[in-house]
Amino acid sequence: MKQRTEKYVVTFRTTAGAMAMEAACSAAGLPGRLIPVPRSVTAGCGLCWAAPPESREVLEELVIKKRLDVDGIYAIIL
Amino acid sequence: MIYLDNAATTRTKPPAVAQAVLEALSSYGNCGRGGHQGALSAARAIYETREKIAALLGCPRADHVCFTQNSTQALNIAVCGLLGPVDHVISTDLEHNSVLRPLYRLRDAGAAVDFVPADSRGRLDYCGFERLLRPETKAIVCTHASNLTGDAVDIARVGRFAREHGLLFILDASQTAGVLPIDLAAMGIDVVCFTGHKSLMGPQGTGGLCLREGLEIRPFTVGGTGVQSYSEAQPGEYPTRLEAGTLNGHGLAGLSAALDFLSETGIARIHAHEDALARRFYKAVRDLPGVTVYGDFSAPVRAPVVTLNIGDLDSAEISDELAERFGIATRPGAHCAPRLHRALGTEEQGAVRFSWSYFNTEEETAAAAEAVRVLAREALEG
Repeated sequence: MKQRTEKYVVTFRTTAGAMAMEAACSAAGLPGRLIPVPRSVTAGCGLCWAAPPESREVLEELVIKKRLDVDGIYAIIL
Repeated sequence: MIYLDNAATTRTKPPAVAQAVLEALSSYGNCGRGGHQGALSAARAIYETREKIAALLGCPRADHVCFTQNSTQALNIAVCGLLGPVDHVISTDLEHNSVLRPLYRLRDAGAAVDFVPADSRGRLDYCGFERLLRPETKAIVCTHASNLTGDAVDIARVGRFAREHGLLFILDASQTAGVLPIDLAAMGIDVVCFTGHKSLMGPQGTGGLCLREGLEIRPFTVGGTGVQSYSEAQPGEYPTRLEAGTLNGHGLAGLSAALDFLSETGIARIHAHEDALARRFYKAVRDLPGVTVYGDFSAPVRAPVVTLNIGDLDSAEISDELAERFGIATRPGAHCAPRLHRALGTEEQGAVRFSWSYFNTEEETAAAAEAVRVLAREALEG
C-alpha cells in the first residue's frame, strides 16, 4: 500500500459538483485529484477532491468564488 | 434519399458525433460510479456537456442542466414536478402531444388547462394569454415553434407576460434548441426542455431540462445516484435530483461533439442556411395550382419547416409518392399536433411536412419543389 500522508479533502453532494471542482482546479492550475470518498469521511459512495494540505487556502477561495456545491471539508490521513 | 424530415430527427450528424460515441462506447465507465479513469472519463464528458448546454441556452449554472432521454421525458418531469391538481395552466394550440398529454393527465387529476387559440392559418392570438389568466393560474407551458408549421412563438414576450403575472414559464424547445436563440435567464424562462437529436444534431436518447436557480421540482423517478447512498430520499441537489439511474453517457458524448460543431459553426449561420432553403422551397410551391401551404411566412423568424397539401389528397399518399418515386423523405399525417391540425382544418387529411437541416442543399430543395410541382400537376390532371 502507498505511504499515508495528510490530505485536504473536499466532498460534494453531487457528482456534477465533483466534476465542477475538477474543472475549476484544472483551469486554475491547482493541485489534487478526484478519488472515491474514504470511509473515514463518510460511508456510502461518491467522489471527493483530495489535495495537499498546503493548498487549503487557495482551494477554499476557489470554492467560494465559483460557488461550488461543497458538502464538507476535511483534513485526514490517506 | 433526399432527407427532409429533420423536424422528426436530423439524420445527418457532424462526423465528430459518431466518432465521439464510438470512443465513448469503447472507453467509458459509469459516471459517478467509482473513481477510476473509465468512470471519470464519462463524468468529465457529461459535465462538459452540461456546461455547453448551459452556455447555449442561457442557463446560469451547469449543474442546473439535468439530462433525460428526450424532450417528452423532460416535459413530463417539469409538468408533473411543478404543477398539481389545484393549479390552472395556460398552453397553446400549437403544442405537440409531449406537452398536451402531460397537461391532459394533469387536467384529469383536477387541474384546469386552457389553450391560447390558433386561427385557421395557424397564427397564435397573443391576447389569449391575458384573456385566459385567472387568479389561480400557475404556469404557461408552450412550444418555441410549431413542429407542424414551423411558426415560432415570441418567447421573450411570453416570458415577460409570465414574469408580470408571477407565472412559471415552461418552454418546449424541441424544434428550436440549436437553431433559434434561447436565453433562459434573459427571456424569463423557468424551464427549457430540449431534445438532443433534432437541431442539436446529437444522438437519439439524449435531452434534458435547463432550470433557473431556486426552482423546486419534485423528482419523477428516484433511485441510484452514486451519491448520498444511505439517504432514503432522492438527493435534493440538481442535477442528481432529477437523474436517478445511469445516464446515457455514450449518447451525451455524441451530443457534446455536436455542441462543439454548433459552437464552431454558429447557430445564426445554421438558421440562416436552413431558413433560406425553406423559404426558397416555399416560394417555389406556394402558387402551384392545388397546393395549400400552412403557416405564416411573413414572420421574420421561424423554424425551417414547410407543410403543405395537394388538393384533397391523403397526405400519407403524397408522402409515399415522394419517397418511392422521388426519393424524398417527408412526414405526413398528424405530427402529434392534434389541436393545430383541427385549427387548420386538416384533421382528416393530415399534411406533408418538409423540414431542413444544415446539411441540406439548394439542389435537394429544388428537387423537392420539382417533385411537388409534378405531383400537383398530376393531381389536377386526375
